[in-house]
Order: sequence, then structure tokens, then C-alpha cells
Amino acid sequence: MPRLKTLEDLKKLREDAQGELKVRLETGTKIVVGMGTCGIAAGARETMHAILAELEKREIEAHVTTVGCIGMCIREPLVDIEQAGKPRITYGNVKPDMVPRLIEEHLIKGNVVQEWVVGRLPTSP
Amino acid sequence: MRELSLHILDTLENSLEAGATRLELVIDEDSKHDLLRIRVSDNGRGMDTEMTRRVLDPFFTTRTTRHVGLGLPLFAAAAERCNGRLHIQSQPGVGTTVIAEFQHSHMDRSPLGDLPKTLMAVLLSERPVDLYYRHTVNGESFELDTAAIRRELGDVPISHPRIRSWLSEAIKEGLADIQESAT
Repeated sequence: MPRLKTLEDLKKLREDAQGELKVRLETGTKIVVGMGTCGIAAGARETMHAILAELEKREIEAHVTTVGCIGMCIREPLVDIEQAGKPRITYGNVKPDMVPRLIEEHLIKGNVVQEWVVGRLPTSP
Repeated sequence: MRELSLHILDTLENSLEAGATRLELVIDEDSKHDLLRIRVSDNGRGMDTEMTRRVLDPFFTTRTTRHVGLGLPLFAAAAERCNGRLHIQSQPGVGTTVIAEFQHSHMDRSPLGDLPKTLMAVLLSERPVDLYYRHTVNGESFELDTAAIRRELGDVPISHPRIRSWLSEAIKEGLADIQESAT
């Protein structure tokens, strides 16, 4: 059964991951994608996948998570980007083809893509 | 929604909203009986009889951020279009089970679509959740239990970039294997 072999792989991965973990959690980037009915119907699953693919392609390590509906259904898919010490930015109507530019501008160059912003939260304490 | 895996994602997200910590997704594809059966079970807060009836009404939702809840009515409509139906069993404090049945070969049946993407969207939820998934195609099964994976991982989260890529690949390979063995 391939399953046992994969659990073996997992042990190795765990050891590799553990060492870097602390650093990443402290300085890392968090990306949150809305995954309510509204988000799913607007294509949020594909947007999330595009984000994962782009991060992998550019070898950027970020934590990507999903949440339910937050009430701004008309702007779905919604993507929040939070980086330590910076305001949390919410982008709206994020389609998969917008993801490369979003990652390039926001994560690599450090510029907020103003025309796609639908909300921002001040830096968390 | 064009793929059944999007309805499945939506149903699993309902479970998360209901506070579930353990989800089960069991898919059975049976050509001999021309049946596709999808079961989603959770240990969320559950619903009473009245609410169980009302969740199939598109103008009912538990949410306060908007006024309609289209998820389950859409899933039910998709099943009914294909000589199937959707049943909901729920008990307050215990959990909810949603079962959708389809005539497998029905021409209006949407494809299952991208299940690995659906599973990853659930597993990357902000709410910590375990998922048991079993997918059977004509007797060949693929099984995944993230509780076992979490035990193996200890304090490394499933959302860790390396872990999530590994997991996504493992699901893809597992599904490809059963499709291959079953045909």
C-alpha cells in the first residue's frame, strides 16, 4: 500500500519543517481566502489554488488559510494579505489571472495594489 | 456550480460553520447500479427537525451577514435533476449528515470535478478540523484520514507549505490510482 510509504515521507518532511517553523510563524505572511457559498460560486477555490501555485512557483513561503462568508459577498472572491507589522489588506473580486500580479506587487515589491483593495485593517498589536 | 466537488466544498464549509471538528466525506461510484452517492457527515452542533426542513428553503440561512442560503437548495436541485435526491439527517448536539444521490450516467450530472482542490480548501481552514475521506470507484477505494497525518506531524501545521504540497500530491495520486484500477 502506498499509504504507509507516504506516512514515512511525512516523518521526513516533519523534521525538515520543524526547524524553520518558528522563524516563519514570526515573520511570515498570512493569506486568507473567503470560502463561503458566495466565495465558492464566484470561483474562490480556483483563486486559492492559483495563489498556492504562484507561491510555489516563486518559492515564497506563506501560510494560506480559508474562512467562511464575512458578508461582502458581492466582492468575492475575497483575499486578505497580512504581513507582520503591516496593515491587513483585503482585495476583492480576485480572479486566478490576477494572482501573479498580486503576489508580485504585494509580496515581492511590497506595494499594495490600490485599485483592487476593498478594505484594510490597521496593524494588529 | 459546475462541479459536484464545489457543492461538496460548500457542504463541508457548512459543517465548519456549525462548529464541527471532524468531517467525513464518503463518495461511492458504482457503475453496476448506475449510482453516485456522496455523504458528508459532521460532529457539528446539529439542527432540530424544523431547521432541517428549512435549510432546503433558499430563503433560509443561519447567517446574519446575508439573507439567503443557497448552498443546500442548489445541491438538492443538482441531485433531483439526475433522478436522485438529497437527504439530511441531523440531531442537535450530535451532528449532521447530508447524502446526495445521483444516477451516475445521467446526462445532466455534473462531473465530480477537482476533489483534491476541494479537500485542500477545507484542510486549510482557519478552524482546526480533521477530515476522513473515502472514495470508492467500483470497489476500489482510496482512504485518507487527516487525524493520522496530524498525529504524525505533531506541532507542524497542515498549512505548512511543504506539508500542503505533499498532501495535495498524495490525494491526486490516490485518486488517479483508483480510477486506473477501476477501469
